[in-house]
Amino acid sequence: MTNTFPDHTNLPDNILIALIEYTLHLADTSLILGHRNSEWTGHGPALEQDIAISNIALDLIGQARNFYQYAASLINENPGKYNFDNGYKRPVTEDDLAYLRDAIDFKNLLITEQTNGDWAKTILRQFYFSTWQYLLFSQLEKSTDTQLAAIAEKSLKETTYHVRWSSEWVIRLGDGTRESHQRMFEAISSLQNFCGEMFEPAEYEILLAKQKLGAEIKMLKPEWQNKVIHIFEEATLPFTEPKWSQTGGKKGKHTEHMGFILAEMQFLQRAYPNSIW
Amino acid sequence: MTENNQHTNKDPTTNLPNGLPNNTGPDEKKIWHILSQVNDPEVPVLSVLDLGIVRKVLIEQTPGYDEKIKSPAIEITITPTYSGCPAMDVISMNIRFALLQAGYKNISIKSVLSPAWTTDWMTEEGKQKLKAYGIAPPNPSQSVCSTEPFQAEEAIQCPRCNSYHTQLISQFGSTACKSFYRCLDCKEPFDYFKCH
Repeated sequence: MTNTFPDHTNLPDNILIALIEYTLHLADTSLILGHRNSEWTGHGPALEQDIAISNIALDLIGQARNFYQYAASLINENPGKYNFDNGYKRPVTEDDLAYLRDAIDFKNLLITEQTNGDWAKTILRQFYFSTWQYLLFSQLEKSTDTQLAAIAEKSLKETTYHVRWSSEWVIRLGDGTRESHQRMFEAISSLQNFCGEMFEPAEYEILLAKQKLGAEIKMLKPEWQNKVIHIFEEATLPFTEPKWSQTGGKKGKHTEHMGFILAEMQFLQRAYPNSIW
Repeated sequence: MTENNQHTNKDPTTNLPNGLPNNTGPDEKKIWHILSQVNDPEVPVLSVLDLGIVRKVLIEQTPGYDEKIKSPAIEITITPTYSGCPAMDVISMNIRFALLQAGYKNISIKSVLSPAWTTDWMTEEGKQKLKAYGIAPPNPSQSVCSTEPFQAEEAIQCPRCNSYHTQLISQFGSTACKSFYRCLDCKEPFDYFKCH
């Protein structure tokens, strides 16, 4: 199967590089959360929920593939512009970008790489994330880059289900038993410092938002907060805005968990270079 | 060069999509017919045309016509149902095999994301086949698809006993495109091809 992508050979270098970095940021973010969610496969608290989280993982990895394919084509069609070498004398592929970059090259949000913890923490992370992603894709759908807009349009339908499913679980656990409420409470404190990064633009995001190629993520924050407050009220959970946020993921500065994820995810390609199946 | 978007209604006499221009060549009719025989590997009662994922068929006699292999250039455009649908690569391969078997050699299969696939593109015939197979067909998409939690569930009809007295078990079923229900009358669980 082949894809037809917009022609960006006339873009100024700085914008082209920002576009590649931005596309990789979106790809990495979806891939790493997809990978984390897939760790639940076979371990979910009930069969239906095991299937649900695995389906969400599949959607996210599918989104990541679309973004990686686009990033690979941008890199291939503009030789010498972006600093990535797969080490083989062939064009860059989506797999190269997922399997042959190191932690410092990954631009995913820090919240996606955090450990799964218990079901409460996984649910809360999905809820924070999907609510953000829904707003992001609603904006990105209007991007002047037709491929980013198409991926956003496609993914939005899936994300709608993710928001619904995770919202229901936040309410069910928050307003559930004393133990489930307590676990949600602990999940809030372990994740709250990773939310600010979702609305703190990296340089490439600022540049692309100006060009109407990317989304203006600062603008998403009020609506995101309203949704979280609304669901937390139903879930009898407290919402407080944290005083500081941990950032850096978008620039390749990751938490200690990132190396472990890559070690597992990339092992095969590192041990048996260029292998296919 | 002829070009046609997929039409959801079929001409009952030829089993081909309606609305093809009168000047369509024999290749065009043949190719749509071949496509109507290629099934979804995960829901094998549905053809790729029933699913509504074939968006365009392009046949180029000249200059794409290759004298050496005596085959026109054929370009099939398909769109994925879900971003991560693992069936897409298999579907693409099966379309290629079916065309190769029919003697076509110059084949390219393109994937487009926009406009995004919707269950509204599934044919009526496809919906009936799904039901007969035991999967409740999708309702028209305007009825759901919002982010609101615990929204009033749409009425899903049990594919076995036709009762609307059914209950959602899980929004995610055996594949990404299905959710899981139970019938409160005949007590059977069933898959619902969810609206998208």
